[in-house]
Amino acid sequence: MFNFIIKRIGIAIPTLLILIALSFYLMHAAPGGPFTSERPLPAQVLANIEAKYGLDQPVWNQMTNYIWGILTEFDFGPSYKYHDRSVNDIIGQGFPITMKYGFWSFIVAIGVGIPLGAIAAIKKNTWIDYLAVGISIGAQVLPNFVMAPLLIIVFTLWLGWLPGGGWNGGSWEYLIMPVIALSTSYMASIARITRSSILEVLNTNYIRTAKSKGLPTKTIFFRHVLKPSLLPVISYLGPAFVGLITGSVLIDIYFSTGGMGYFFVNSAFNRDYSVMMGITILVGGLTIIFSLIVDLLYAWVDPKIRY
Amino acid sequence: MIVANKNKIVEMANNLSENDSGTGRSLWKDARSRFIHNKAATVSLFVLIAIVLFSFIGPYFAVWSNEQIDWNAMGIAAKVGMPSIESGHFFGTDDLGRDIYSRVIQGTQISLMVGVLGATVAVVVGTLYGATSGYLGGRTDQIMMRIVDILMSIPYMFVLILLLVVFGRSIGMLFIGIGLLSWLDMSRIVRGQTLNLKNKEFIEAAKVTGVSDFKIITRHIVPNLLGIVAVYATLLVPGIILAESFISFLGLGVQEPSTSWGALISEGAGTISYDTEWQLLFPLAFFVVSLFCFYFIGDGLRDALDPKDR
Repeated sequence: MFNFIIKRIGIAIPTLLILIALSFYLMHAAPGGPFTSERPLPAQVLANIEAKYGLDQPVWNQMTNYIWGILTEFDFGPSYKYHDRSVNDIIGQGFPITMKYGFWSFIVAIGVGIPLGAIAAIKKNTWIDYLAVGISIGAQVLPNFVMAPLLIIVFTLWLGWLPGGGWNGGSWEYLIMPVIALSTSYMASIARITRSSILEVLNTNYIRTAKSKGLPTKTIFFRHVLKPSLLPVISYLGPAFVGLITGSVLIDIYFSTGGMGYFFVNSAFNRDYSVMMGITILVGGLTIIFSLIVDLLYAWVDPKIRY
Repeated sequence: MIVANKNKIVEMANNLSENDSGTGRSLWKDARSRFIHNKAATVSLFVLIAIVLFSFIGPYFAVWSNEQIDWNAMGIAAKVGMPSIESGHFFGTDDLGRDIYSRVIQGTQISLMVGVLGATVAVVVGTLYGATSGYLGGRTDQIMMRIVDILMSIPYMFVLILLLVVFGRSIGMLFIGIGLLSWLDMSRIVRGQTLNLKNKEFIEAAKVTGVSDFKIITRHIVPNLLGIVAVYATLLVPGIILAESFISFLGLGVQEPSTSWGALISEGAGTISYDTEWQLLFPLAFFVVSLFCFYFIGDGLRDALDPKDR
């Protein structure tokens, strides 16, 4: 197990470095620096600004400084557009918001998806099954950017129950629609995966043995079926996490929740490269950590895997 | 008697040889009959063909082209611009007086094109990469797959947006970016299949007769992978359309005056509070129905071509 963790970290570190190098290179390949504007600045002013941000140094020096700053002080440098703010400052403002509704979306996707899939599998070929499968197929073609406007039409414009956007410190009525919009398609995928894997487990010999020795259905289900059939679900959690964090960009834009995605898209329009890079690297790091956790969880649940 | 017999024999021989070629059940013939028996998949295929045809024939029925502006509807689309046959705006107009019918046709063409072209890039790159890695094996395989592992753990939508901002937003950049980033799954699947194939006798025979590695991969391995490649290519198209729509929804994808489903949905979603729901619902319907069709066709193909379920 220890070796496995070391090996995984051995992959994670080069991945992060490649991500940093790639985004750094892209940033410098961009035509026009962050301070080119329609009205050209006097040469001396431009030189001074570039000196302040260290842009006059060789690219290699800039990159090592940047990486060093992240490693030692967790410092992503200054924002190029908001002169009084650092990237850390901006991330610090948006990140907690993203985490809050992201966390709830994750919980909803798992908490609704697994029971839905399980019920469909147990009641196979009944109307309950068809309903659950119908819901999960339908939800798959309803990604967040389709769900979000539909939810607003129904709950804000027609029914007038929920506010159409904003955050308000994350109180529940502002949380409901972002969470539903973000989690629906992942909930559907989890339900589908759970259903098919439970059906597969139900066909195995050891379940037949358990049945023939007269165990009650409930015991069979909770003790013998559930755990092995959750393995495919666990390996889906990694992609689901990436999907949720990507989807949060859209949620922030459409519901004006003010999370990290808002700053990411804003800086994409403003060409505020340092903010984009900082957020990309942070998201990459989170993804890597999360997939490590998922792998460990997988190893813990599956007795066949020994590292 | 003898002549008649001779005729009969010739006839029988003909019949036999015809039957022989007819009764051999090839993989593709088998798959086709199984696909046709899958009702959802067949219906989806026809609906999808209808949508594609519509996107090419539709413009001939349009009263307003996508470049024309209906000045009467401008600014008061909620009152004047609703869908109607009389005004010629079958799907209504937006607040700038542009005809949604023509815009949806234009968006359909572009979204489908991005989906198909992006999937093509992904399929070509992924198949060659995966087949090479699986066929060569050993250290090369390990390194090549480690690279895929590393690329897979990068949150690709963020990198794609970074790419689009740095290299300018254009459809070309968009589909190259999406295609280049979505070949990873493909390469893994192909590699697994190649590992199975490479120990088969016909590959050994090719090796013994001195065929080069590259020829073996392109001539013997890849054709045998076509089934599984076809399945995943069909499932890739909707994925890529989703990615493109996502980016266009954020306003970072295709640029005006060009449009796509994502861009149209975004515009419709931004104006729902002005009582012009048709602006959202028409492109949304096209988007959802097409994705449904792609998923059903992909599932149908998988059932038809996957040897596991025989």
